[in-house]
Amino acid sequence: MTAQIDQQHRPPAAARRRATLRQALSVSAATGVYGISFGALAVAAGLDLWQTMALSLLMFTGGSQFAFIGVLGAGGAPGAAIATAGLLGARNGLYGAAMAPRLGVRGPRRWWAAQLTIDESTAVGTAQSEPTLVRVGFWWTGWGVYALWNVFTVVGALVGDALGDPTRWGLDAAAAAAFLGLLWPRLAGRTTQTVAAAAVVVALLLTPLVPAGIPVLAAAVVAVVAGWRTPGRAPDEAAHPDRQGGESP
Amino acid sequence: MSAYALTWVAVIAASAVCFALKLVGHHLPEHWLAEPRVARTAGLVTVSLLAALVAVQTFTLGSTVVVDARVVALAVAAVALALRAPFVAVVVLAAAVAATLRAVT
Repeated sequence: MTAQIDQQHRPPAAARRRATLRQALSVSAATGVYGISFGALAVAAGLDLWQTMALSLLMFTGGSQFAFIGVLGAGGAPGAAIATAGLLGARNGLYGAAMAPRLGVRGPRRWWAAQLTIDESTAVGTAQSEPTLVRVGFWWTGWGVYALWNVFTVVGALVGDALGDPTRWGLDAAAAAAFLGLLWPRLAGRTTQTVAAAAVVVALLLTPLVPAGIPVLAAAVVAVVAGWRTPGRAPDEAAHPDRQGGESP
Repeated sequence: MSAYALTWVAVIAASAVCFALKLVGHHLPEHWLAEPRVARTAGLVTVSLLAALVAVQTFTLGSTVVVDARVVALAVAAVALALRAPFVAVVVLAAAVAATLRAVT
């Protein structure tokens, strides 16, 4: 949006850069704050403060982090938690492939670029109209979210620790709402909605039959079959980073 | 290995997997994305995992399917999302609804 307005009015370079910075910082703040919910839910799922911090520092991709603690908290095996986190993190690989040529970094900085490649940094980066601003948007959003997400994770973990029994405070329902919040902006399009409904049915049907964690992984199989077999054009719901900003780090 | 140590191993392993996926992406040629099935499948995998996690987190207790205060909380969360409430507000609202229902029943 901002990128288009900028192009029409052609404000000076400094003003265009400021607009990109404003975007980066507002996305960082909005995203970083809900590190609180991750921190509190991680502690409620049975992790300690250090494990919770390690997830935000090292994994740093919100959907995978929530999924990891969700599977472990429900009594799932570590292998199932790792697999679910990995599958949810696969989209970051696509973002990386899209960002790498625009960033043009080599050596150790490429590792940082990779670690900071998430929904938000990719969305703000690719939304910019000129190469310099793509880099400004990506790096400022990436670092901004990284800093705030980690700070608020600690805050959330300390709050969660002080709360005690998670169900008394409805934290189990909060985890469900968190997943719904991550899912919501991706639900545009008939195919997506059908796959989401099928995933719900598969997960619930399998719950009494297989160990915890496996029903969620089985739902991913539905998506792979649907995605691979649907013929024709690229649908509206494909992993398009421009659409996914502001929802999940 | 203690449960605590095992959780640490899982934290490190899962983080390594997620980082590796990001790094691999940065070394892929961009035209690899031109295959529409790749992008489509990745998008649908994300959606199906999140939908399954919503279902499991809302309707299951151990290995049984149950209906309790969480269902009402999730419905309220859905309404809040439809009204474009921010993420944190939605999460806090759901917790408050479930906690209130449990306190009064």
